[in-house]
Amino acid sequence: MAHSNANHAVAEEAPGEELKLPAVSFWNADLGIKSWLLSLDHKRIGIMYMVLTLVGFLLGGILAMALRIEHLTPDETIMGPNTYNRVFTLHGVVMIFLFMIPAIPAIFGNFFLPLMLGAKDVAFPRLNLMSIYVYGAGALLMVWSMVAGGVDSGWTFYAPYSLSTPASLAPALFGVFIIGFSSILTGLNFIVTIHTMRPKGMTWMRMPLFVWGTYATSIIQVLATPVVGLTAVLTAIERLFGFGFFDPSKGGDPVLFQHLFWFYSHPAVYIMVLPGMGVISEVVSVFSRKNVFGYKMVAYSSLGIAFVGFFAWGHHMFVTGQSKFDAGAFAIISMLVGVFTAIKVFNWVGTMYRGSIAVRAPFVYVCGFLFFVVFGGMTGVAISSVSLDVHWHDTYFVVAHFHFIMVGATLMGFLAALHYWFPKMFGRMYHEGWAMLSAGLIILGFNASFIPQFLLGNMGQPRRYYMYSPEAQGLNVASTAGSSLLAFGFLLILIYLVYAIKYGKVAGDNPWGASGLEWKTPSPPPKHNFDSTPVVDEDPYTYRQKGEEVEHVVV
Amino acid sequence: MSSSEAHSHNPYLAHHFETIEQQSYAARLGMWLFLATEVLLFGGLFLGYTVYRWLYPETYQACADLLSIPMGATNTVVLITSSFTAALGYHAIKVDQVKKGVALLWVTIVLAGAFLVIKYFEYAHKFHEGTLPGKWYTFEGLQAPGANIFFAVYFLATGLHGFHVVVGMTILAILAVRAQQGRYHAKNYVGVELGVLYWHLVDLVWIFLFPLLYLI
Repeated sequence: MAHSNANHAVAEEAPGEELKLPAVSFWNADLGIKSWLLSLDHKRIGIMYMVLTLVGFLLGGILAMALRIEHLTPDETIMGPNTYNRVFTLHGVVMIFLFMIPAIPAIFGNFFLPLMLGAKDVAFPRLNLMSIYVYGAGALLMVWSMVAGGVDSGWTFYAPYSLSTPASLAPALFGVFIIGFSSILTGLNFIVTIHTMRPKGMTWMRMPLFVWGTYATSIIQVLATPVVGLTAVLTAIERLFGFGFFDPSKGGDPVLFQHLFWFYSHPAVYIMVLPGMGVISEVVSVFSRKNVFGYKMVAYSSLGIAFVGFFAWGHHMFVTGQSKFDAGAFAIISMLVGVFTAIKVFNWVGTMYRGSIAVRAPFVYVCGFLFFVVFGGMTGVAISSVSLDVHWHDTYFVVAHFHFIMVGATLMGFLAALHYWFPKMFGRMYHEGWAMLSAGLIILGFNASFIPQFLLGNMGQPRRYYMYSPEAQGLNVASTAGSSLLAFGFLLILIYLVYAIKYGKVAGDNPWGASGLEWKTPSPPPKHNFDSTPVVDEDPYTYRQKGEEVEHVVV
Repeated sequence: MSSSEAHSHNPYLAHHFETIEQQSYAARLGMWLFLATEVLLFGGLFLGYTVYRWLYPETYQACADLLSIPMGATNTVVLITSSFTAALGYHAIKVDQVKKGVALLWVTIVLAGAFLVIKYFEYAHKFHEGTLPGKWYTFEGLQAPGANIFFAVYFLATGLHGFHVVVGMTILAILAVRAQQGRYHAKNYVGVELGVLYWHLVDLVWIFLFPLLYLI
């Protein structure tokens, strides 16, 4: 990185030539609110998803801040214990189901997958449109019922508590079921699109790595989501009719609930993080000016994570009386995820090595991603060891771990994608200085929020507890201070991006000088993506051929 | 949104596909993936069945004896026959014998209806006996632990299956009406193929449910 030189790395626009936005793009090809609400255009659906998921993110973020403020003092600060239970449940459900799972696939996957493949649209545009309404309906039902019914079970809805709590849970569970449909529809659409919509020359090994990441994600969405849907419905039926399916007092088995729940909810972590890994693969090569190192390995390791992820769920259940053999098997399988992730990490770093690195905001997020994945991943390997898990189980250590790997990494991928593709989506550039500042704030704030929580967990502070012992106050205050930085960073991003949509400098077709089909259409793209179906005759990354030196690097 | 001018020569080709083969491939793959999600949806219930069978083996035996094998067997025959007529109907439409195809689809729907009628009598008998699970379980003849769990599995699995039968009947009826209107024929039959695929899945789930619940 010492020899990085931004001027060489990022194509500068030719001086004196005034760039103009295209007169007609997908933004103004059809006018009127109806042309948006009934649009079958994958790009418009992606934009609509962006609005909806960001509303979810805002709501989840406000709730997170409320939780952190509550923890400023060991006793009651701003809310009572009952409210606290509801707030952390709502925070978890909203962030997971309304933001993290749909965010990257539904926004950037919808917008860019057909563009990157050279297709006119996804395979089933009407199902795509339907998915957003299903998402909206599920989200409304879920949030309404959680606010009105005061769901206090945590996002995991563990039986038997979820069967006996007086809060009204059934509508929220049906909300989970409904929103699962939207996730399935998106995943199904992407798999079929990737299999059938590739133009001539776009072989599997010429697909961009973001497409590979989305493909692996979609497999999980299609195969795992039905199981959590069924589990949610069974729990709701159980509450309504008392069949006893998960209720030990009636002969049912609550551990069965946990198996069914985690069969989805563990792979769901990879639904969140795999698309982010895809984004990182794109961004790291563009801003290092080098082809992705070990393209095939990065592509296959996405499938590897998806596959292994299906057989790791039992590590959530080490303390449920699982046999020693099961615990050992689940522990080893869980550690395999670390192997595949490490393959990716080494390849990304290998891509940077001796590249011509441009330290722009998307690249800063790549660095943040690497830190969170390595640190979160290593605590993950530690926590999947049975003996350590028993010590850390249900403490803040677990909270910090999954926020690092699942939230931190996904957010870095999301923000990298947002900044990298912003000029393509909106046709204008964001302000680099503000972007760097907020990237710094967010990465710093995230670490400051969650590193204290690792320590708190190791001290023994249990998760989901309303009060804590007074000696833990210092670290809790530090964590809250960190999350305020985080919140401030996001606020900045919101402001400068909204400003840039209207007043940013016109970006041109390919402001980063990136390879990839999505950069070969105007920014923003026209309604039908390409004037004629592109013929692909080269690899996805054409920055530097094997053996070529980047000219300005001085060894 | 509408089929674009470039492809106006084939009204069945959507604007974003290049060829009709590509479109059919996409439709078939989509349907198979959807069927995979259905298998996993039922998979959760089959897992529940297995876990509780292992916990309460004797009760499962006693409960299975309460189910009527003749009725279940009749229903199995009815449903397999309906799958056969559905496949014949699809084939007829594919070789442009639309009238015959429509008739066979209606026969399928009638058989599906017969399945539901028999299921209704079975359910009514169970309601009368008092083997509904949970607080409605009042059956004096069998008060073993796990009996209400068996019937929970029974009603949830056959209920979810019954719901699929209703959905399948609706799909087949829509296909039959549209084929009657001349929408499906030798040049455009993939829609029928997908509907019949779904119907085969409904049949297949029952082929697993019948021995698991009634016979063993």
